[in-house]
Amino acid sequence: MMLAQNVLHFARLLRRTGLSVGAAESLAAIEALTLIDISDRDSVHDALRAVMIRRHEELPLFDQAFALFWRAPQFSGLPAGAAGLEKMAPGERRLAEALAPGAAERTQPAAAADQNEDTGTASARERLNRMDFEAMGAVEIAAAKAAIKTLRLPLDERRTRRWRPATTGNRVDLPATIRASLRTGGEIMALETRRNRTRPPPLVVLCDISGSMSRYAQILLHFLHSVANDRERVSVFLFGTRLSNITRQLKHHDPEFAFQMVSPLVPDWSGGTRIGAALQDFNRRWARRVLGQGAVVLLVTDGLERDDTAGLAEAMARLHRSCRRLIWLNPLLRWDGFAPKAQGVRAILPHVDEFRPVHNLESLKRLIACLSAPAGARNAAISAWRDRL
Amino acid sequence: MTSIAETAALLAAQGYIADRQLATTVHLALAMQRPLFLEGEPGTGKTEIAKVLAAGLGRRLVRLQCYDGLDLAASAYEWDHAGQLMAIRLSEASGRGQELAASIYSREFLLRRPLLSAIDPELPPAVLLVDELDRADEPFEAFLLELLGDFQLSIPQFGVVRAKEKPVVVLTSNRTREVHDAIRRRCLYHWVDYPDAAREAAILRIKAPGLDAKLSAEVVAFVQRVRDADIFKPPGVAETIDWALALAALDRRELSAQMVEDTLGVLLKYQDDITALQAAGLAARVAEAKSEARLAP
Repeated sequence: MMLAQNVLHFARLLRRTGLSVGAAESLAAIEALTLIDISDRDSVHDALRAVMIRRHEELPLFDQAFALFWRAPQFSGLPAGAAGLEKMAPGERRLAEALAPGAAERTQPAAAADQNEDTGTASARERLNRMDFEAMGAVEIAAAKAAIKTLRLPLDERRTRRWRPATTGNRVDLPATIRASLRTGGEIMALETRRNRTRPPPLVVLCDISGSMSRYAQILLHFLHSVANDRERVSVFLFGTRLSNITRQLKHHDPEFAFQMVSPLVPDWSGGTRIGAALQDFNRRWARRVLGQGAVVLLVTDGLERDDTAGLAEAMARLHRSCRRLIWLNPLLRWDGFAPKAQGVRAILPHVDEFRPVHNLESLKRLIACLSAPAGARNAAISAWRDRL
Repeated sequence: MTSIAETAALLAAQGYIADRQLATTVHLALAMQRPLFLEGEPGTGKTEIAKVLAAGLGRRLVRLQCYDGLDLAASAYEWDHAGQLMAIRLSEASGRGQELAASIYSREFLLRRPLLSAIDPELPPAVLLVDELDRADEPFEAFLLELLGDFQLSIPQFGVVRAKEKPVVVLTSNRTREVHDAIRRRCLYHWVDYPDAAREAAILRIKAPGLDAKLSAEVVAFVQRVRDADIFKPPGVAETIDWALALAALDRRELSAQMVEDTLGVLLKYQDDITALQAAGLAARVAEAKSEARLAP
């Protein structure tokens, strides 16, 4: 029974680091350990890993936790002040907090090295420039929810290969027809028909949070939170000098909570912009994972690139080729006489399908209205701009 | 199957060189009768595991290739509508309309697709391979849950089909989309990584048996280097094997920078990667790989 106890302790440790290890996993782990030679540490490691881990991203965290736990299981005992831990946001309960404070120092660098959706732990060395968000009242949240319901991105009705029964369908539904015919003794009285289901395509938002964009950060985060929660299949990335995937954190239904979890993940609030590098990073690490099934990409940036723009055009071209529709939302355009003079803008413009300038981004409503404007023909929206390049 | 070593031996007997972690996971999947969920980059041998398991366990392999819009009719079962219509007409002619409902929804008119075939109690036990699950859409995943949890399928009008002997289930994903947690929970998970040099050399010995030993060592050393380079799609084991066979077909005994450049399309499938590698000093990499291969036994 000692073994079972240890497994449960270990499962609790994993849970505190934010992995979703439930009773089912613990039971499976105990079962698995009866099937292998438990005197061999490596076998135990491999067996527990096979049953307790569900994602590649969780592996480094698991390996660290395993190494620490089986070396010094006493760390697994709840550290002093554990009651306070219980109240914290799930994302903040990383391994560092889960173990005793002394152990936290040692685990920090490895966790920071692999910055991704699950193990995103900001390095202590980096100077954090956190954003403060005004508390949002219930009324504001409700208003945001209502506003986001009106969001209709261009090409939002994508026909799928699935069918639904429809009296005005365009295909005969033979199984339904035969089922109906049984009611009339096998006589087919009317043909049942069906039609393709439609559903919005996956949405990938790449949002710039550099200094020049900071005045919109509040509205944009508000928007991102609503869109991530009220729409299916949304992935959200923030970039300044580097790219962070905040999809999981944003999924928390309470916006304040979600923002609290996001801000430590993103060390480059209001810093410089390296759009090209961030997009290259996205293309390499995420594009194939999130751009499947006809995804629409929403790029939110002012296009003010700090670096050389050669890499930017290339990265934009690749991004454009790998998604179904690329929409650029540019909030810098606060006056009508805008001309795309900035280098970055000139590099991005040729590679977008829709160009949506927002002339006065003061509210979420305005942002949504802008995005919901009817779609032009592919490329038509920017041809006017392109002439002025 | 009583130990990890035996499982590894079973895979090895079929020409699959598994690392210890994979052998453990496969062993547990077989012992606990749980589905095996394999994720990894394309060309790392995920599908191969299912084939090897089928051959090694002497089971038939039932393969379901996933795609967007894969539905019940293509994956599990379908009613033979033409046959049903015919039966309806015949029963009208003979005036036996009463038994109609039962008779047209019988086994006779049930067309078995891979999922049903894998759990059909009247067929010998199977290895079910659900290949590239990430290509299917979420509704299909939801449908798969019942099958993975209980190894049974409920068919309205017909009843529940339950496997007599549970099939060995292998799911693979290239991660072009995140597979839902509900599926992951029912499976044992393994990330199939690129092999290290020693394992890749062993794989080459089996998959390209006639290959010159020197060339083989150089090929492995070079491919391992390419994987470290800053490129979009590192070559998988499948590409290594293809490349080795291509070089053998050209009657080569050793690598040369010129030849690598000429045959790079076998290894890398993106123009950007090819140019990036050429710009990053292809000849130097070839020379390094050759000297490394010479040092290694």
